[in-house]
Amino acid sequence: MEEEKSQPVPATEPEASSFRLISTLGLAGFFSGIVLVGAFLYTKPIIEANRAMALQQAIFKVLPGCTSFRTLELQDGQLVMLEEGAPEPKEGEEVRRIYVGYGPKDKLIGFAISGEEPGYQDLIIALFGYNPEEKVVIGFEVLESKETPGLGDKIMKDPGFRANFGSLAAEPSVTVVKKGEKKKDNEIEAITGATISSKAVGRLLEKSLVEWRPLIEEHWQEFKKVEEE
Amino acid sequence: MNQPTTIERSRTAEEFLKGIWKENPVFVAVLGMCPTLAVTNTAINSLAMGLATTFVLVFSSLLVSSLRNAIPKQVRITTFIIIIATFVTVVDFMLAALVPQVHKELGAFIALIVVNCLILGRQEAFASKNNIKLALADALGMSLGFTFALLCIGVVREILGSGSLFNIPLFGSGFEPWVIMIMPPGGFFTLGFLLLFFNWLQKRRKARQESGRQSTQYEEAREFL
Amino acid sequence: MQELLWIFISALLINNFTLAYFLGLCPFLGVSGRLETAFRLGLANIFVMLITAVCAWGLNTYILPYAPYLRLISFIIVIASTVQFVEMAVKKLSPELFRALGIFLPLITTNCAILGLALFATNKGYGLVEGLFYALGAGGGVTLALVLLAGIREETKVLDIPKLIEGTALNLIIAGILSMAFMGFAGLFSAAG
Repeated sequence: MEEEKSQPVPATEPEASSFRLISTLGLAGFFSGIVLVGAFLYTKPIIEANRAMALQQAIFKVLPGCTSFRTLELQDGQLVMLEEGAPEPKEGEEVRRIYVGYGPKDKLIGFAISGEEPGYQDLIIALFGYNPEEKVVIGFEVLESKETPGLGDKIMKDPGFRANFGSLAAEPSVTVVKKGEKKKDNEIEAITGATISSKAVGRLLEKSLVEWRPLIEEHWQEFKKVEEE
Repeated sequence: MNQPTTIERSRTAEEFLKGIWKENPVFVAVLGMCPTLAVTNTAINSLAMGLATTFVLVFSSLLVSSLRNAIPKQVRITTFIIIIATFVTVVDFMLAALVPQVHKELGAFIALIVVNCLILGRQEAFASKNNIKLALADALGMSLGFTFALLCIGVVREILGSGSLFNIPLFGSGFEPWVIMIMPPGGFFTLGFLLLFFNWLQKRRKARQESGRQSTQYEEAREFL
Repeated sequence: MQELLWIFISALLINNFTLAYFLGLCPFLGVSGRLETAFRLGLANIFVMLITAVCAWGLNTYILPYAPYLRLISFIIVIASTVQFVEMAVKKLSPELFRALGIFLPLITTNCAILGLALFATNKGYGLVEGLFYALGAGGGVTLALVLLAGIREETKVLDIPKLIEGTALNLIIAGILSMAFMGFAGLFSAAG
């Protein structure tokens, strides 16, 4: 910005030539570009590290006991494990990713899958953990939602509701029932006063499971790092 | 030489002070409504938005004021916008890098500082016509006034709507939060009633100046009825 | 198709730009004194928003992946040029409308609703068709809010209102009540499931 200040200052003319107009805008754009690129290059690694950290925390939460994870990308109908430290997808690029989590001694714990579904107010975006061996959902974490404070946002905090996802059977299908009416392993107990948000969570899980389970069921053995005794 | 300096200094002080109270951008001029209401559901968010706006306004004013003779009139608005947008983008990156949590909460509203009428308004009405010192005083005063106003709204909304202040719970568990206050309608109501309060203060002061005490009270009573 | 409908309804009613996101409040509080003007301003908004959606999509797809730091500046410049174009076209085609909208057409440039549309559509990762539906919903929502407030304000002119509350304070409180009414639309789409 200093350079801009030191540029020659001609006396104010009543009629500025179009060359001056263009050169002023050009200069402004040029310097703004320099500042922007500088700020961008400086902050980019930090922002990416923040993002990676947030993702890692979420994955560790939905896959209890998880200590490391790898990214799987859907390429031509196949799950491909990406190299560690693979670049983030460019903006505007459509990529579909899930994550496979490993515990101590590289034991496969499960897959972290994200999904979104219209809730009461706006889209609910969430991440959940799925254990293919026992075919159960083992953890659930809301990443983004604008549900009503005090009612719908209980899907994020309510301990009773969260207890649903300790081991929720994915088969035959995830369904939502009223509080106190849970009888089977595949049922989620809704939050009283927030039935719509609870149902949205149920739909979110079911939709993502239907989409990803066939792929996971078919290939999950391949992602085991060690053979279990 | 002494005389003008004193005048200059007092003028600087005046330009600084006016933004805080007399020409407060939110309560008096009612500018920059969108960030004022959208992110003031907690005191912390209000403060963050106030500081981000302060950064942009102060630096834009400094730059515009120092370049005021070099920018041709016809393209001044475009140049102002380029300058403002540059600083806003820088703030956006900085917040994302340093305080990701706050950045996530404020979301797109940081980028929307660009279209805050307050900032462009100050460039057009003040910074482009005055020297650096006055422009700085004006920008600081205005941003302080803006931040103060945001905090007022944020504090009221957080106390009533969540029963806490700066995330510290104020009341016991018996307190039932008035949830509507941290939702959109609460923003409208809080600002509406704060404006009402300011109108009342102003009217009272004016009435006091004009007549004696007794008639003031009579006037007030009549105004209310 | 259902997703497009949800995007439209969500922007129009559930997450109304003006009443839930506080976008476009300047014209909302400034111009909405007369029903007719409010309606026309709303239409101008819809038009600019539709063009903005196309521009934002183009920029997001072809330019910004290579230079994400230019997002804000390029959005602003594209929007400003679009508004300039609308202004010229309106001046030529309908001087009457131009007079009615007066100084408020240029104000659309510094209207948060327009930039907000571009930014939100980007954040949500909308494609072209989704973006257009979003713009239509958002523009319709802004128009709806403007017209509703203008209608109520026309009524308040004939009422005996305490002098103290007249003006912006009253408008804000009316807007708050409208916003509360719009909260009733929440869950409109997900309740069926």
